[in-house]
Amino acid sequence: MKELTELKKVVSHPYAYIRKYKKQTGKKIVGYCCSYAPEEIIWAAGALPVRLFGTNQNIHLADTHLQSYCCSLVRGILEEALDKTLDFIDGVIFPHTCDSFQRLSDIWRLNITGQFHIDVVLPVKLDTPSAKKYLADVLEKFRKDLGRALGKDITDAQLARSVKTYNKIRALVGKLYELRCANPQIISGADFHAVIKAAMIMDRDQYLKILTQIIKQLQKAKPRKNRADAKRLVLSGSVCTHPDMYGIIEKAGGVIVWDDLCTGYRYFEGQMNEKIAPLKAITARYLKRVICPAKHMELRGRGENLIRLVKQSKAQGVVFLLLKFCDPHAFDYPYLKEMLEAEKIPFMLLDMEAELPSAGQLQTRFETFIQIL
Amino acid sequence: MKKAISEFFKMVLIFLAGRFKKFTMRFKKTKTMKDYMMVYYSQAKSARLTGRKVAWITSGGPVEPLIAMDVIPIYPENHGAMIGASKMGGYLCGLAENMGYSADLCSYARSDISCATVNGGPIGGLPRPDMLVCCNNICGTVLKWYEIQARYFNVPLFILDTPFCHTEYTEEMGRYVRAQFDEYFVFLEKACGKKFDFEKLNHVGHLSHQGQLLWQAVLDTAMHKPSPMSAFDAFYHLALIVTLRGTQDVLDYYTWLLSYMKDRIARGIGAVPNEKYRLLWDNIPIWHRTRWLSEKFASHNACLVADTYTTAWCGALRYIDENNFIDSAAEAHARIYLNIGIDQMAKMVIEMIDKYDVDGFVLHSNRSCKPYSFGQLDIQKIVERERGIPCLMLEADMTDERTFSESQISTRIDAYMEIIKERKNKK
Ligand code: SF4
Ligand code: SF4
Repeated sequence: MKELTELKKVVSHPYAYIRKYKKQTGKKIVGYCCSYAPEEIIWAAGALPVRLFGTNQNIHLADTHLQSYCCSLVRGILEEALDKTLDFIDGVIFPHTCDSFQRLSDIWRLNITGQFHIDVVLPVKLDTPSAKKYLADVLEKFRKDLGRALGKDITDAQLARSVKTYNKIRALVGKLYELRCANPQIISGADFHAVIKAAMIMDRDQYLKILTQIIKQLQKAKPRKNRADAKRLVLSGSVCTHPDMYGIIEKAGGVIVWDDLCTGYRYFEGQMNEKIAPLKAITARYLKRVICPAKHMELRGRGENLIRLVKQSKAQGVVFLLLKFCDPHAFDYPYLKEMLEAEKIPFMLLDMEAELPSAGQLQTRFETFIQIL
Repeated sequence: MKKAISEFFKMVLIFLAGRFKKFTMRFKKTKTMKDYMMVYYSQAKSARLTGRKVAWITSGGPVEPLIAMDVIPIYPENHGAMIGASKMGGYLCGLAENMGYSADLCSYARSDISCATVNGGPIGGLPRPDMLVCCNNICGTVLKWYEIQARYFNVPLFILDTPFCHTEYTEEMGRYVRAQFDEYFVFLEKACGKKFDFEKLNHVGHLSHQGQLLWQAVLDTAMHKPSPMSAFDAFYHLALIVTLRGTQDVLDYYTWLLSYMKDRIARGIGAVPNEKYRLLWDNIPIWHRTRWLSEKFASHNACLVADTYTTAWCGALRYIDENNFIDSAAEAHARIYLNIGIDQMAKMVIEMIDKYDVDGFVLHSNRSCKPYSFGQLDIQKIVERERGIPCLMLEADMTDERTFSESQISTRIDAYMEIIKERKNKK
């Protein structure tokens, strides 16, 4: 599929794509690193929101700002900021999430110059009247702050258009999840992963066009019959930094049929109401969305959601993908594990150090798990 | 006539009894920290029998409304410090790890979570909570930790969400935090089954403010050379402002402590017998090595005169309006030391460096506490640039003693002190 090839090209060299894009369109580039970043507002302002993933390689500059017990994601993002890999960025926004990102924002603000920096200090709890009001206030303030940084007013009409675009993208990605869940052979894990990641990098209109084509073709495609016996798994955790996790799992005899990742379904979940004021619609989506563990909603919300996902996707097991030194996820793991045990759902834990295990090692670990399913 | 005489004697007796009471009161003031803490914990432990409610609350949380409602506040973090000091942290943290909690999580949280299930630790566990009050102005860890305890004990949880003030405390934030105080009162009314007593809250708020002023005054005595107290003394005496803030006990004790320190100043007694070098400490103490560290520095004639940690309980004083407790408490809780950007933290550090006239800055890079420790390297750079004093960073954990390497830290302190000495001699 030529559309897929195009997306894969973007994903394998995202910065090259963005540089070229910036040159051609003159658009501003806004970096962010969390699925609570109100991207719709950035896109409405005519800037390109780009999710930062950092690097795992050759970290040395970040070491002079962050101690060894900081997660590899924060460290890797800071490294790329310090070594100027990210110098194409015009501004960066930090939605409030975990303690590590909180301090990354400070360190960034004090050390990276020549770009704008906006903290979006979201509420931590999302289930009380005052928190809802505050969230709406914060998003309104962000709209003004961003407008000021970009030297323009962000109008309701622009926001409404952006909301529409994001709704379409999210609905289509949801469709893709469903297609793949029903028929995992329809698209390889690596290709699927590329489609997901491109959504956080590419020009959103261009992406929507390509995605529409891909879905159309997949709907027509006859599923291949090979490896229909692959074990069905759900991936749960924060960010999947390993470039080829999907492929490795497939080689080990499994297939990811759904996920509960910040850079996965949690990012796409939920539609915004196009009939109400756009900012209200954006706010409402955050209040409904399944939370990230750095936020508070219900005491067992994430566990219930995970079990629901496993059942709906007819998965046979769960793979927890946790980054080492990630507090919010590590605190939730024991209770999620307990809830899965009570439901007799098998799971495995993969604690990801900064040094990623080799593909071979990973495959063996998955094989061991998959054999017991 | 006879009657009149007996009345007179009665009066005299009452008068004498009154004097006697005052006399004994004077002695009461010299109750030791241990006495206060024992009474406090035994009251808390017998709360079931006396029908009082118990709330677990984070160290930076608003405790005054609890005291106004006659609820006994319990501080798991203070318990964590006790666990650390009694060197039980490694064991309890290990238990938590067996429960599935990563060894990289905060050791207060880890030891408290496992302690609740075995009722272990130095005081046989904490009394069961009737409610939980979590204020995230210190970290995101407490949010997760209190969620865990809310599931475990199945009791109501109140979260006071204090947005992080990277560069500013905005109007939106102010409205949000203030509104949550109202939600807090409603929560307490429900949990206690009685109306909230605002009059009493004002009184408690007043006591709390007085207590913080006194605590600041105690810490200020360290400006004197030689300093009558060290940061290690502050770590010890801190327990009351943490656990009994808002009560008369705090005033009694710190009034005595202040006069004691003033007396030492008057007599020229220093915490370190031969104080030559003055240092500033950053971050939570290494609870399992306080004595050792104190002696180590003292052996170099160095006194850690002040620290950024114990000042946190009076650091937001400037925002408090004692006549308007509730409104000002909202701001004071949001703008504490750990809830502000690192450039502002560095500014406060520099103020302390000048105020206490120190020769060096020792930073405990605390594996347990990410919000306190990330950013330290930048603060160190700012301090070095602005004040040119030598800095030392020690990596350790406040409660979990298992990875502490005494010999390594010892060597580093020796080398650091050589630099300090050389620099001071040159001056
Ligand atoms: S949530 Fe976890 S993985 Fe993400 S930045 Fe925070 S600590 Fe790192
Ligand atoms: S030590 Fe740090 S992480 Fe742990 S509870 Fe205290 S402030 Fe939070």
